[in-house]
Amino acid sequence: MSAFLDMGGYAAFVWPAYLVTLAVLVLNIIWARKSLARALQAARRRTAAAGEDS
Amino acid sequence: MTPRQRRLGLVIGIVVGVSIAGTLALSAFRQNVTFFFDPSQVAGGQVPVGERFRLGGMVTKGTVQRAPGSLEVRFVVTDFAHDVPVSYSGVLPDLFREGAGVVAQGHLRADGTFVADEVLAKHDEKYMPPAVAKSLKIRHGEARSDPGS
Amino acid sequence: MRWTWFHRLASPPYLYALAARLTPWFAWPAALLILGGLYAGLVLAPPDYQQGEGFRIIYVHVPSAWMSLMVYVTMGVAAAVGLIWRMKVAHAVAASCAPIGASFTVAALVTGSLWGKPMWGTYWVWDPRLTSELILLFLYLGFMGLRAGFDDTQRADRSAALLAIVGMVNVPIIHYSVIWWNSLHQGPSVMRLGKPTMPPAMLVPLLVLLLGFTLFFAAVLLVRVRAEILQRERAARWIGETLRA
Repeated sequence: MSAFLDMGGYAAFVWPAYLVTLAVLVLNIIWARKSLARALQAARRRTAAAGEDS
Repeated sequence: MTPRQRRLGLVIGIVVGVSIAGTLALSAFRQNVTFFFDPSQVAGGQVPVGERFRLGGMVTKGTVQRAPGSLEVRFVVTDFAHDVPVSYSGVLPDLFREGAGVVAQGHLRADGTFVADEVLAKHDEKYMPPAVAKSLKIRHGEARSDPGS
Repeated sequence: MRWTWFHRLASPPYLYALAARLTPWFAWPAALLILGGLYAGLVLAPPDYQQGEGFRIIYVHVPSAWMSLMVYVTMGVAAAVGLIWRMKVAHAVAASCAPIGASFTVAALVTGSLWGKPMWGTYWVWDPRLTSELILLFLYLGFMGLRAGFDDTQRADRSAALLAIVGMVNVPIIHYSVIWWNSLHQGPSVMRLGKPTMPPAMLVPLLVLLLGFTLFFAAVLLVRVRAEILQRERAARWIGETLRA
């Protein structure tokens, strides 16, 4: 296990590279879901306001 | 012509125009975007003495000499037409090998030696497991000595 | 020719519903392929005879670099369609591509830099390949900045689309930079004519990851396109009907 973590002496380069890519993948999911949630919330607020007016 | 066809023509025109302009600019600057000079260009006097530039080529086999107790290294860079001796003091990258590609930054001394202050290794696009490389070596009797790229 | 599918896609309510329905079909295969591919790349693939275990950076660097280019082409094509056919949803697609592409360009640059340090001996050089990839990042950022600079969505769409189309010229430059010029970066190993330059044990995890990242892009893009459509169509009645349904 420690040999695996050591990556043949390249641990300081391999693991940060994987970490950065994983972070980009996860952030893309979070950002996309957040922007959809925000747009849905705004749209719901608008339709609710429109419903009260009529 | 409908407005849509006009817009299609406009977009195609832009792409074609920018591509032509880009191609012309790139071919005009081809010399200037040379990332490194090879030993033949150095031998041909295309690089002024004393000016900083990058030298690229293969490390000639059997020419790497390390001074004991220091980081001083000497080796010869070749493009199989001309040779340039290089002297360097510092840490070499992991892929620095005899017979492999190298790009050194520095200047040419009057005696024809290239004094490098940075040595970068250039590798080829081939990847293989160590066991395969070993069996290839046995079958061909020698390590891959072809320039690769 | 039957263009009905094209015209149907141009309808915001139709595309909104379609995107919602399709997302899981891309997201779950993407998750499986990426997790499986990363495991195969880290554990199952053999080390390289020159680079040892450091070679494994290829499994995050190449998919990220692939994404940076593929997303840009998608963005450019969508922008051109939006410009030529005056299709609002195509501009919505282009706008959704930019942040995804920019983030993977950053990943490609950072992982490449982390690979370059031990192997080449430097984090960064002004080499044709590295420089053109950095220009790609600035094109993405310029596209997003240009959009943000306009209050009027239509004008933002058209100006940004022009920038995206002009920037398409950079895509072949990035790919061929290592062939046209003396470059520190090695030539292509997979996206080349002829056989890939690595054995199947190394290649298969890479191909799995390339497919996984591509499906990941599709899933994230579909979610972002829905958000973009909702925002652009805020005055339309179909939104209220869809949300109540």
